Amino acid sequence: MRILVVGGGMGGTIFANHLARRIHHEMKTGKARITMLSATHEHVYQPGWLYVAMGRATPDELVREQQSLLEPGIDFHVDPVEEFHLAHNHVKCKSGKVHEYDLIVISTGSRPLPENIPGLKENSVNCYSAENAVEFYKQLSDFKGGRIVITVGLPHKCPMIPLEVTFAMYDFIKDRGLLDKTEFYYTYPIGRVHSLENVAKWAAPEFDAKGIKYETLFNMKEVDGKNAKVLSEEGGEVAYDLLVAVPPHKGQEVIEKNGLGENGWIPTNRHSLHMEGEHGKNVIVLGDTTNLPISKAGSTAHFEAETAAENVAAVVKMGRPVKSYDGKVFCFIEAGKDRATYAMFNYQNPPQPKAPTGAVHAFKMAYNKLYWATARGLL
Amino acid sequence: MAERTVDARGSFCPGPLMELISNMKSMQVGDTLELLSTDAGSAKDVPEWVHKVGHEMVDTDQDSEGTFHIRVRKAK
Repeated sequence: MRILVVGGGMGGTIFANHLARRIHHEMKTGKARITMLSATHEHVYQPGWLYVAMGRATPDELVREQQSLLEPGIDFHVDPVEEFHLAHNHVKCKSGKVHEYDLIVISTGSRPLPENIPGLKENSVNCYSAENAVEFYKQLSDFKGGRIVITVGLPHKCPMIPLEVTFAMYDFIKDRGLLDKTEFYYTYPIGRVHSLENVAKWAAPEFDAKGIKYETLFNMKEVDGKNAKVLSEEGGEVAYDLLVAVPPHKGQEVIEKNGLGENGWIPTNRHSLHMEGEHGKNVIVLGDTTNLPISKAGSTAHFEAETAAENVAAVVKMGRPVKSYDGKVFCFIEAGKDRATYAMFNYQNPPQPKAPTGAVHAFKMAYNKLYWATARGLL
Repeated sequence: MAERTVDARGSFCPGPLMELISNMKSMQVGDTLELLSTDAGSAKDVPEWVHKVGHEMVDTDQDSEGTFHIRVRKAK
C-alpha cells in the first residue's frame, strides 16, 4: 500500500511516525510505503510562540529539522503539493513531480489572515509566527502604560490563546510595576469570555479579581489605526494603546484552489476522519484542515492522528479499520506565568476545568520540551 | 439565494455560535444557514447575536432526537 502524507506539521508527523512503527514489517518487506511531502524542512512547535511573545523563549528553541523527527523508512520530500487529482489517486508537486498513492492523508494546517480585517495587520501584534511573536515582545517590553485591548477573530487556531495571552500579559505588566498605569480590555465574539462554558465560568471571576475588563459579543469589523480604535460588527468600538490580536484563520490556499473545501477546510466525517464525498474513501483529513466543529489545536491533530494511524495499520494488516475518533481534545490553559489548568473534552463530554495550580504549569513547561517525543509518535 | 447547513452537534469548542459566526462571513446577503446544535443554549444565544448584529432569525425547532435546527438569514 502506498500511503502519501501531505503536510509535515503536528498531524502529519504524528500520523506517519505512529503508522511507521505499527507497519514496520510491511515497510521492510515492501508491502507498504510511507511518503511525506511538506512545504518546509522545519518542524515548529507553534504553542511556544506565546512564550516568545513574553520574552520567556527564543524562536530557535521551537524548531527541529523535520527529517530528524521521522521514523527510518519514511520517504520525506520538501516539495509542496500544488495539484490534488483525487479521482486519479495522484498529486502534483511544485517541482513537477507526480506522486501516486493508494491512500492519502491531508494535514496541511491553517494560516492566520490578519489582512482579512481592514487595518488589523498593520496596527496589532499577535503570537502566530516567530516573527510576530518577536515583534509582540518588542512592543510589550516598550509599553509604558495605557490600555491593552485583546481582540479575537473567527475562526482561529488554539482556542485558549485569548485567555492565555491575557493572563500572561497581566503577569508581565505586574512584574514590571506597571499595573497601576495599565488597563486590560478583553473582547470575545460570543456572549461569554470563552467558547467553553465551564472555562468561561472559571475565567470570568479570574478577570474580575484582576480588574481585567471585558466586552462580549464583540466581533472585530475593522481597526481604525489613525484613531487607535477597534470597531465591531455589533456596533461597538474600543480605543487601544496596544492592540493584541487573535487573527481570523483559513485553511491553506492549495486546498481552496483545488476545490477541496471552502476557506481551505475539507468536509470530513467526524468519526472515520475520511473526506466526505465521492473520492473520500481513500482520503483521510487531519488537524486544522478538517471542517469539523472542534478546536483547531495541536492536541486535536494529535489524537486524530493516533486514531487514523491505528486504523490505517489495521487496514494494511487486516483489511479494515478498528477505531472511531471520539472528538478528544486536551488543551492546557496557562493562567499566568506560574499557574495553569487544562480542559479535556470530546463530542459527548464537556470539560470540567479545575482551579489552576503550579503543578499543572510545571507539567506544561515540561511538555513544551517533551513535545518532540509526541511528534516522534512516542508520547 | 444559497442555503447551507452547519452541523455543530457535539461541539463544545468552538461551539455552535462561533461556528455560525465563522460561516456567516463566507455567505452573501440573503443567504440562509441552518445550524444543527445539541446545545440548548444555542436557542438563546444565537438569536441574541443575530439581533445584535442585524441579521434575521428565520425559525427554530427541535427534532425528536433533541437537536435544535436554527435558521438564520444574512441581512447585511
